[in-house]
Amino acid sequence: MTAALALGDDALVLSHRLGEWAGHAPVLEEEVALANIALDLLGQARVLLSLAGDEDELAYLREERAFRNVQLVEQPNGDFAHTIARQLCFSTYQELLYERLARGGGPFAPLAAKAVKEVAYHRDHAEHWTLRLGDGTADSHERMRTALEALWRFTGELFEPVEGCEVEWDTLHADWLDRLTSVLKRATLEVPEGPRRGAWAAGAGRQGVHTESFGRMLAEMQHLHRSHPGATW
Amino acid sequence: MTTMAADAGAYEAVFDAALAADERIEPRDWMPDDYRASLVRQMAQHAHSEIIGMQPEANWITRAPSLRRKAILMAKVQDEAGHGLYLYSAAETLGTSRDELLDKLHSGRQKYSSIFNYPTLTWADMGAIGWLVDGAAITNQVPLCRCSYGPYARAMVRICKEESFHQRQGYELLLALSQGTEAQHAMAQDAVDRWWWPSLMMFGPPDDASAHSAQSMAWKIKRHSNDELRQRFVDICVPQAESLGLTLPDPDLRWNEERGHHDFGAIDWSEFHEVLRGNGPCNTQRISQRRRAHEEGAWVREAAAAYAAKHGEEQA
Repeated sequence: MTAALALGDDALVLSHRLGEWAGHAPVLEEEVALANIALDLLGQARVLLSLAGDEDELAYLREERAFRNVQLVEQPNGDFAHTIARQLCFSTYQELLYERLARGGGPFAPLAAKAVKEVAYHRDHAEHWTLRLGDGTADSHERMRTALEALWRFTGELFEPVEGCEVEWDTLHADWLDRLTSVLKRATLEVPEGPRRGAWAAGAGRQGVHTESFGRMLAEMQHLHRSHPGATW
Repeated sequence: MTTMAADAGAYEAVFDAALAADERIEPRDWMPDDYRASLVRQMAQHAHSEIIGMQPEANWITRAPSLRRKAILMAKVQDEAGHGLYLYSAAETLGTSRDELLDKLHSGRQKYSSIFNYPTLTWADMGAIGWLVDGAAITNQVPLCRCSYGPYARAMVRICKEESFHQRQGYELLLALSQGTEAQHAMAQDAVDRWWWPSLMMFGPPDDASAHSAQSMAWKIKRHSNDELRQRFVDICVPQAESLGLTLPDPDLRWNEERGHHDFGAIDWSEFHEVLRGNGPCNTQRISQRRRAHEEGAWVREAAAAYAAKHGEEQA
């Protein structure tokens, strides 16, 4: 199940990154909000990975090259602006994708129909913060601009067709760009002009080629599970 | 007697009568200054404990050994942030802002529970914290649901429900380890060995050495003494440890037929006081992480305030 792995890994990896914020958020309300989003994503990941096999074997025993998530979600948290920029790009994509999957009636329709409600909240949360940071202080504007520039090259990959997801990828892409453009404009930010993918491997997460920080993330995530082969928890 | 003094006397009589009748004191009611100060101190310390207490558990979120356990742990840490929010809000009803209280935490003028100055060294610590630390917290907190100050009592009702859920999850985590492989069982026993005594210290100093106890009892903020609650906790834990297949690290622990309670060994109060003085294993680390998160988040809070000012919405 290529698609279950691709979508499941996206949710699993982003959930993990958001979990790294616990105890470090800029304000108590965001401790609750970021954990909430992480939990929603983890719930989605568990359903999706279970469609492809045993959730724990898949999460804890695969090597880096076997993960099928897009590189965007594995990017380190950076400052709060980076986390929000990453979430904005991803949640906007995920909402549009899940809306289509829910309507399509394929194997992911039940999950997508439920998850799209959660994702709409994630996107709304990211949009609100994009507005506050973009149109807040000079410092927050600059940080948000820098974050978008840095992450922009990982956004092209989102629209690579995923085998098993019967959606119109071109219109999904167009809708995503419209939505993002409108939010960034309201936030007094520009749509970055840089390339949407790297010259060599950036944008190959779906093929199992990842970025350097991902290996370290997996080492931390998998260490305990792998230290006790066959144990149940 | 001046008119003002006569009024204050009349107000105090109303307050005393409400306490005597076990009625709730509400934010707009008159209350003695010391009662207000004592409540703010206690609620702030409780709120601070919730948010500092996120750190030792967040330490294991990224290493949780199964996705189910990861979800449970994340939800638990999220609940603690939520408890912090209710409690800071409850303290605000007494006219003290969250910013003011956080500032006191960051500058060391207010405390949090010393238990969080111990490190979480293995995954089994997530179980031991749930079973023992949350268990001790519940024993302390259930009577607070009947505390005389309304907003605090109501916040505690919700918090206790969630805490008892956490306590059961911790117990269940330890049970899985205890019944698992030899290495898992050893991990569980080691965690219980490390967390048992600090958990007993969570009830505070013995009754004859407790600074605030007598007045808090008179005000019906506190309903039972430290030693009574500690005894209750020990009596609850002994049979649970047996069911877990784990031992408690106290050679003097035994049932006393005459008292109808378990006797237990002497607590090392010098350790308690050392940790309270700032010399525990993680005091510096916990408070510096808290300060750092706050300082690094300053630009975010400033941006939200600037945006709200421009657009006239409530500050985020």
